[in-house]
Amino acid sequence: MRPSQRGAWPYLFLTPAIVLFTLFLAVPIGYTVYLALRRTKVSGLGLGRGARREVYVGFDNFAAALADAELWSGWLRVLGYGSLVLVVMLGLALLFALMLDSARVRLARFSRIAIFLPYAVPGVAATLLWGFLYLPSLSPIRDVLDVDFLGATTVTYSMANVAVWGGVGFNMLVLYTTLRAIPRDLYEAARLDGASELQIAVRVKIPLLGPAIVLTTVFSIIATIQVFTEPTTLRPLTNTISSTWSPLMKVYRDAFVTGDLYSAAATSIVIAAISLVLSFGFLRVVRNHAFREG
Amino acid sequence: MNPATTATVSHRRTRVGAGRPVGAVPTALLLIGALYCLFPVLWVLIAATKSPAELFTTSTLAFGTGLLDNIAELFAYRDGVFWLWAGNTLLYAGGGALLSTAVSAISGYTLAKYRFPGRDVIFSLLIGGVLVPAVVLAIPQYLLFSRIGLADSYWAVLLPQVLHPYSIYLARVYAGAAIPDSLLEAGRIDGAGEWRLMSRVAMPLMVPGMVTIFLFQFVAIWNNFLLPFIMLGDDGKFPLTVGLYTLLVSGANQPALYNLILTGAFLSLVPLIALFLTMQRYWKTDLSSGAVK
Repeated sequence: MRPSQRGAWPYLFLTPAIVLFTLFLAVPIGYTVYLALRRTKVSGLGLGRGARREVYVGFDNFAAALADAELWSGWLRVLGYGSLVLVVMLGLALLFALMLDSARVRLARFSRIAIFLPYAVPGVAATLLWGFLYLPSLSPIRDVLDVDFLGATTVTYSMANVAVWGGVGFNMLVLYTTLRAIPRDLYEAARLDGASELQIAVRVKIPLLGPAIVLTTVFSIIATIQVFTEPTTLRPLTNTISSTWSPLMKVYRDAFVTGDLYSAAATSIVIAAISLVLSFGFLRVVRNHAFREG
Repeated sequence: MNPATTATVSHRRTRVGAGRPVGAVPTALLLIGALYCLFPVLWVLIAATKSPAELFTTSTLAFGTGLLDNIAELFAYRDGVFWLWAGNTLLYAGGGALLSTAVSAISGYTLAKYRFPGRDVIFSLLIGGVLVPAVVLAIPQYLLFSRIGLADSYWAVLLPQVLHPYSIYLARVYAGAAIPDSLLEAGRIDGAGEWRLMSRVAMPLMVPGMVTIFLFQFVAIWNNFLLPFIMLGDDGKFPLTVGLYTLLVSGANQPALYNLILTGAFLSLVPLIALFLTMQRYWKTDLSSGAVK
């Protein structure tokens, strides 16, 4: 076989992916950067042709985004919400995966399916269900517990609950599948050495799960930074969520309500940068500390 | 029961009994988890059966008598716009997932089975897309679509979701494992062209992997809110997620609409949960391909 004959085929096969990549990733990213560096300048009274011009303003939009108090409080809210979701969701996912993997558990199949089920529920529907469950007039929970789930401070927890509910099953399944791929004789060896089930879980299973835990954490960090659907959907049910509750909601408002595309572009680049910094930062910390022994 | 059996049974029982505390705790924890995850779904099923009068008066966990009326009323709502939303969702999720699976499978196969200049660069670029947040893309995608007159069209929701970096990665891993090089070489010696090899030899071998990719894409697009929310203005083109949201916004202060919202939420869950339960076994395949290594 002369490889030269094959020459163009790989490129031909990759054409759809490359075209889509260019059109829907590369060009939009380039355009966002372009927009973020510009702004509309109004001269005179802003009337007539040429009175409104788009001009290059350098990093002004980024400076404004970094100095924006509304955006900062959004970041703080998402930081609180995100760390709550990450710790509880991944903690529960790990706990459930380990429980499922332990030999002595009953009704494992049922539990696995039930816990994974919310993955099939769209974020809007999940928020809607919980939103109604939080409403005093309808909620069976409110019959038992007298808590205002939609209060100014409690609403963050209520929202985190929706995210945990929706995400715990997927992460559990990733971790569980990884656990199933670990050779069983590793546990037998540990048992022969006199290790208890708990010791096996902590000393053998969790370290072997390391890469999967890192992966699920990075994906969850990226997802929580971009939280949009849940607060947007919960907003109609309470007045404790502002239209700029999360940074992404502010991007939406700037771009489509206020019509300030330049600020929206700059803010979305800041969100992207923070996602990348946090993801890579997390990977680096993990690599330097947790896996040094391995 | 003869003494011998009793002895073995009791012997076994002590051995299991020694581990019993470990057994009861995981089972209980998992069942609590299962209950927590099922509860809202069961509740909305119950709520959807209540007539408007029953919704606020009967016990929150008792079934009502209004399910059929609610469904009829929902389907009649604004000349059946709910049907339209359901159809749109099926089109976006089904069409988008099909296209996405095809593109991912061919790309994954090519990246796994061919050596050619630029392969690593192309792979890194395509995979790097995973790290780009949807938010950075959404606004310029909207602007580009509106510039070419395609904003607020079916294409605006369909096309941006076809390229899915993680699916390409999964397809590459799958192709690497499922398609033996020797088979391709044998095909070449028999005189098969590259197109024929791809379509007749490689793709059939990749079908199980493609099913997994299709399912993930289908659910991802079905669940997507941000993209259609930004792209679409005409509510006749909405998918269910955006449709339900608008229903909630207009109904937030009108308890009369609560029945419709709850019934709509319930009905929007049914197809996905059905798909999910029938396709259960596929979810585990390859889910962690990215995680194990």
